[in-house]
Amino acid sequence: MLKALKYALAAGALLVLSPHAMAATPADTLVIAKQIDDIISLDPAEAYELSGIEVIANTYDRIMRFEPTDITKLVGGVAESVTVSDDGKTFTFKIRPSQKFASGDPITATDAAFSLQRVIKLEKTPVFLLSQLGWTKDNVDKLITAPDESTLKVTITANFAPTLVYALLGSVVGSVVDMKVVMAHEANGDMGNAWLKTKSAGSGAYVLKSWTPNDSVVLEANPAYRGGLAKLKRVFIRHVPEASAQRLALEKGDVDIAENLTPDQVTAIGSNKDVKVTTVPQALLYYIGLNLKTKELQDPRVRQALRHLVDYDGMAGSFLKGAEQVHQSFWASGFWASYDDNPYKFDPTKAKELLTAAGYPNGFSIDLDAPNFAPFANMAQSVQSTMAQGGIKVNIVPAEMKPLLTKYRARQHQMLMVYWGPDYMDPHTNADGFVTNTDNSDGAAGHPLAWRNAWQDTTFTAAVAAAASERDEEKRKQDYIDLQKKVLDQGPYIIMFQSTSQRADRASVQGFVQGPSADVTYYNLTTK
Amino acid sequence: MRKAGAAGAIVQPQRRHLAATVVRLTGSFVVSLAVTFVGLTAVTFLISRLTKIDPVLAVVGDKATKAAYDNAYHALGLDQSPLVQYGIYLKRLLIGDFGMSVLTSRPVLTDLVRVFPATFELATIATVIGVLLGVPAGVLAAARKGRWQDHVIRVVGLFGYSVPVFWLGLVGLFVFYGKLGWVAGTGRLDVFYDDEVTLRTGVILIDSALDGNWEIFANAFSHLILPASILGYFSLAYVARMTRSFMIDQLGQEYVTAARVKGCSFWRAVWRHAFPNIMVPLITVIGLSYASLLEGAVLTETVFAWPGLGLYITRALFNSDMNAVLGGTVLVGSVFIAINQFSDLLYKLFDPRLRTR
Repeated sequence: MLKALKYALAAGALLVLSPHAMAATPADTLVIAKQIDDIISLDPAEAYELSGIEVIANTYDRIMRFEPTDITKLVGGVAESVTVSDDGKTFTFKIRPSQKFASGDPITATDAAFSLQRVIKLEKTPVFLLSQLGWTKDNVDKLITAPDESTLKVTITANFAPTLVYALLGSVVGSVVDMKVVMAHEANGDMGNAWLKTKSAGSGAYVLKSWTPNDSVVLEANPAYRGGLAKLKRVFIRHVPEASAQRLALEKGDVDIAENLTPDQVTAIGSNKDVKVTTVPQALLYYIGLNLKTKELQDPRVRQALRHLVDYDGMAGSFLKGAEQVHQSFWASGFWASYDDNPYKFDPTKAKELLTAAGYPNGFSIDLDAPNFAPFANMAQSVQSTMAQGGIKVNIVPAEMKPLLTKYRARQHQMLMVYWGPDYMDPHTNADGFVTNTDNSDGAAGHPLAWRNAWQDTTFTAAVAAAASERDEEKRKQDYIDLQKKVLDQGPYIIMFQSTSQRADRASVQGFVQGPSADVTYYNLTTK
Repeated sequence: MRKAGAAGAIVQPQRRHLAATVVRLTGSFVVSLAVTFVGLTAVTFLISRLTKIDPVLAVVGDKATKAAYDNAYHALGLDQSPLVQYGIYLKRLLIGDFGMSVLTSRPVLTDLVRVFPATFELATIATVIGVLLGVPAGVLAAARKGRWQDHVIRVVGLFGYSVPVFWLGLVGLFVFYGKLGWVAGTGRLDVFYDDEVTLRTGVILIDSALDGNWEIFANAFSHLILPASILGYFSLAYVARMTRSFMIDQLGQEYVTAARVKGCSFWRAVWRHAFPNIMVPLITVIGLSYASLLEGAVLTETVFAWPGLGLYITRALFNSDMNAVLGGTVLVGSVFIAINQFSDLLYKLFDPRLRTR
């Protein structure tokens, strides 16, 4: 018995101590360490989580798109050209000839029309992107048609500028799905939704081979992709929740790219010559919502005072260094029509003047709901200490993200810290989110951010609609900049930061395309 | 092992007795299971009603329109009364339908079949490590009570008790994977071997051995050994402490003194006379420790990117994915009952007094 045990222990020791096959990733595979537990569906008519959208950007082509070769310009994807009717309501897309899905089926205007109609009919989360064009279950068959196999005709009833319509058709819901394949898997009239949650049926650079929740996503190159065969045959995305474990795996060469490093991990990489860090500004904004149901917050001077009681530069220069930059208006810097001035500085004296003028010379106490993890927890503490200097006693209420959002959607908070990412690459997405509020009653159907903070300004709401329909590009741009200035002055938000992504790659990795959002992150040009 | 075989060979009726015991135990297992899961599901259901998380949010996210929200609300059956929802759930459970997980978009049963083997593998190796090292350490500490061996073992145990597993996991990774390169990193297998194992049981060590693919076996072992050792360390700390206290109790008994007086050597008295008497309480301790590891160790699974039950249930809880939470709870409940019953069976093997009852 004892002898057997001895042998077993010796064998175990040998196994452990035998030099582990020196780590390197397979030559034809891009291995990415990433947090991917947010994925709940990979159906482009349903997915609305960042990791899922990134996968879909690589497995589907879209009607309009930012090409991997130039992510700054929105151009035709599945469509090669478009003409707009004089009234600006009807768009006729010409579908590129002789394109094929990964399945081998030809891509036709029927597939494109079906894909758009499917989004409206399934009515899943991202439906709002297209329904704002005036499409409903009842009219969509009439408004979106394919008169012949190479012509897609869409008519909108909303008053939207063409650039805005293109941006929407270039978002995730503009992904063209293979109608034949999808409908072959239809069950209970779900248009193939249950099946497509875990599969792909597109014409992107890759095909989804598998998605194992909390574990991995595996993609394989699609030989039929119109942009040419991907340089690396396979992409293996492994779910690694811990940032430090991601860094270790990268430094050991077990992964080629680590996507979710925290500032301290980036510092830890230091001067390792095998690894390089790339900083990419993202469109994500970190802000505090100020609920006007709280009496004190109804006075615009109080809101201005609070904006003067946040140490923007202090945070950005310390624990947020490299991960976030100061940005105070609602459309992120680096994008068309952004407003980049940051007029608010940490200034307790000015804040006190404003508070005194508003009738609160001694300040007041208030709750701040904040997610209970980094960087929010640290940000909440900083805000608590700086607001105290203006006489505002902040009581931090930490929570997990889901209960926090539940509370936010029911507008039961006083102040609440969270982030906001745009839905597509046009300022209307944020203008609409932060400003539009057409029904401020508790029973309102929509819950945009302005509603959640019980803020309604009909003039501003009208200005958002006017900007959306403005066909003169220069004028439209100015409209958004004006709006941002006004919201900065009067709105119920303390917008603090714009995030920057710090991605670390093995030194040999070249050509990984990472844009400002998950929508424009492409794997197919990567070499190593 | 030897004991059971010998008993069976000498007295034939004993075997029949054992068979009857097994039947009785199986019966009581099924009954306990039924009672427990009705209780468990009821409590879990109640708790889900009391949380402040909107389960629809997990499905549709923060930006959904009212129509999309209502669709999901209806699809989740939330427009029915809680009692009706609970009834429907139980009815479906009886035919083995655990429902769909909204987070993974697949049946909860499929998910459990996928995540449980990962946890099972980890917990089993951890328990083996904990028992193989913890029991001798506990016996040694008791035999050398108050001397340096006892102190060393106590300090080692205390460390295992008090150090956060998260930290220990990261340090372990940093040293044994990052610096020394003795073990593989996070996950269950290297990317090279992805898809090369035919999954039968889901336990990679077993599946690769069945395939005779020792390269994959070695790789899986290399991934497993560090998290298993860390969990095993905690189990060791607990097992050693309990063994020590059981053993000290026995060594103070008169029969040990009697054996020594009759010329029995000290270590023989410890192992042959005292040790069999601590087997029964020890089995309880080991069983409990094993069962708690089988629940899934969330922090260890997080650090080591181990796709097991702990991560699965935790994520389901945070997102109010009720089918997944209920399914996971039923599984954990069953595991506890099974291990309890198994411990009962082992008592009878190791304690002759219990056999005749």
